[in-house]
Amino acid sequence: MERYRILPHTADGKFRAFGATREETFANAALATASLMWDWWTIKPLRSIPVTVEGRDLEQLLYKFLEEILYLHETKRFLLGGVEEVKLMEASGGVFRLGAVFWGDEAGGPYEIFGEVKAVTYNEMKIEPGCDGWSIQVVVDM
Amino acid sequence: MELQRIDDNTWEIPKHGEMKVPARIFASRKLLESVRGDSTLEQAENVACLPGIQRMSYVMPDAHQGYGFPIGGVAAFDLEEGIISPGGVGYDINCGVRLLRTDFTEKDVAAKRKELLAEIFKEVPAGVGKGGVTKLSVGVLKEILVKGAQWAVENGYGTADDLRMTEEEGRMKEADGSRVSPRAVERGVPQLGTLGSGNHFIEIQKVDRIFDPETARAFGLDGEGQVLVMIHCGSRGLGHQVASDYIQSMEGAFGVEGLPDRELIHAPIRSAMGREYYRSMCAAVNYAFANRQMIAHWVRDVFKKVLGSSAPMGQIYDVCHNVAKIETHTVGGREKELCVHRKGATRSFGPGRRELPEAYRSVGQPVIIPGSMGTASYLLAGTAEAEALSFSSTAHGAGRIMSRHEAVRRFRGEQIRDDLAKKGIELRSTSWKGVAEEAPAAYKDVDEVVRVSDEVGLGRLVARVVPIGVMKG
Repeated sequence: MERYRILPHTADGKFRAFGATREETFANAALATASLMWDWWTIKPLRSIPVTVEGRDLEQLLYKFLEEILYLHETKRFLLGGVEEVKLMEASGGVFRLGAVFWGDEAGGPYEIFGEVKAVTYNEMKIEPGCDGWSIQVVVDM
Repeated sequence: MELQRIDDNTWEIPKHGEMKVPARIFASRKLLESVRGDSTLEQAENVACLPGIQRMSYVMPDAHQGYGFPIGGVAAFDLEEGIISPGGVGYDINCGVRLLRTDFTEKDVAAKRKELLAEIFKEVPAGVGKGGVTKLSVGVLKEILVKGAQWAVENGYGTADDLRMTEEEGRMKEADGSRVSPRAVERGVPQLGTLGSGNHFIEIQKVDRIFDPETARAFGLDGEGQVLVMIHCGSRGLGHQVASDYIQSMEGAFGVEGLPDRELIHAPIRSAMGREYYRSMCAAVNYAFANRQMIAHWVRDVFKKVLGSSAPMGQIYDVCHNVAKIETHTVGGREKELCVHRKGATRSFGPGRRELPEAYRSVGQPVIIPGSMGTASYLLAGTAEAEALSFSSTAHGAGRIMSRHEAVRRFRGEQIRDDLAKKGIELRSTSWKGVAEEAPAAYKDVDEVVRVSDEVGLGRLVARVVPIGVMKG
């Protein structure tokens, strides 16, 4: 299955990510976000960072999950190359929780960074079930 | 959607449905076409529905679709009944432009152009996530959030004259760094003094044409061929995180139900949340002022080193184009204080405004409008008419017409470098793919944008400048 597709957007970055489950789709959305800044498939899996986020709904959960990529890049020089062990839970009180492990490497050396995602946005964000799984649409500020 | 023609460059969406005021668009027929191609007008209508909005929801000539508010959107709100919205400021808080003059002409620097650019490239950290050269403590960063460019000047980056020639004198006094999240601070520490990526740049330019010699002289322009330096960047990850944090907090406090677009989330200006966002936003504005102040200092060092001159590179001005400010304007014949949101729009105060430095009080504010990479940029002057037309605001740049994805498909960075070299423009960047994304053909015609601004009276043409050296982040 196609992991994600970059969609045309005049000013910013837009993509649609796919997956059999919500977890897989969230992971592919993370890779799609990374693909706007570096070629994630070239990043060696030398470091792993556990990530946990909480949201009041699935949209906020996704927003915060993708924001982790920007945060880790800017503060730890971490380049995301893979996402594993994604667990999505609906906790009591209508709170959503997501845990995952990011794999990747430190910026520098052979890696080229060609773009900057400034922020995740809610603009045109869609998290939808489909006939063969889930799809997620996101626009990011570039 | 009903669009009424007011004149050749002015259009209006009459008040209907939930709209509290009409929406007004400043665009030629040509620019209007691209504005109608995305959801800019729908977003301007949504803004017109917000509580306490005054006069109209305005759309500048370079507008395009944004999040919640359009990019190129201007909206002012009553301080009692009105709101403040992070989506009305944008993620890159105080993204802005600084313009420095030099005493050199194009001829003086011709032989040293490559070296100048190479040195700037070495001295100013570019790209994404590249750490700044200054190792900062959290304590010092907090001080910068309060003092802005003033901190930079106190620490040897530039002079007090630079502060006078900066909006807000480089420091928004309402700033409170204590409510800026630890995450935002963490993103801000390694990035102070960095340019960032995307459409941010440093350009060595020459004055190409002067439209208004008298105002040009007041702005410190000597004549055609004079070399200038333009710096375009913002508040980096710190500002992005402040915007994101307050969008989340406001969602928690007010909920998202009933919003036509989640990024229209807002808080009453008078509420604790509204005040807190405003003060944190001011802190991010100050970070960006300090950032441009430091970069300007390094650029001056390079010029001194390479050209061996000690002539001061005075600052023409420094403008913010993503910000919310408390300003006095006339509404219904009465002066009142408003919260003016400019998202992708530049303030264009006319003559007489007390906020302007003395040197510009008789001619109006210098309005700096950067073009896309490798194309012309413009220097305009704020007008008295702009107050009634747009709460003293005009455009902020060219605006994209082609997606980055499409640009990368169509162009190659190395080819763009060679094409620009043939036109006498030197280019340096950390990434050729990044250069392809910013291909000049991916942008609107900035000449048309400033022509409309001038004809309508939002900001009048003073000079056109063209690049001779570009450092793209």
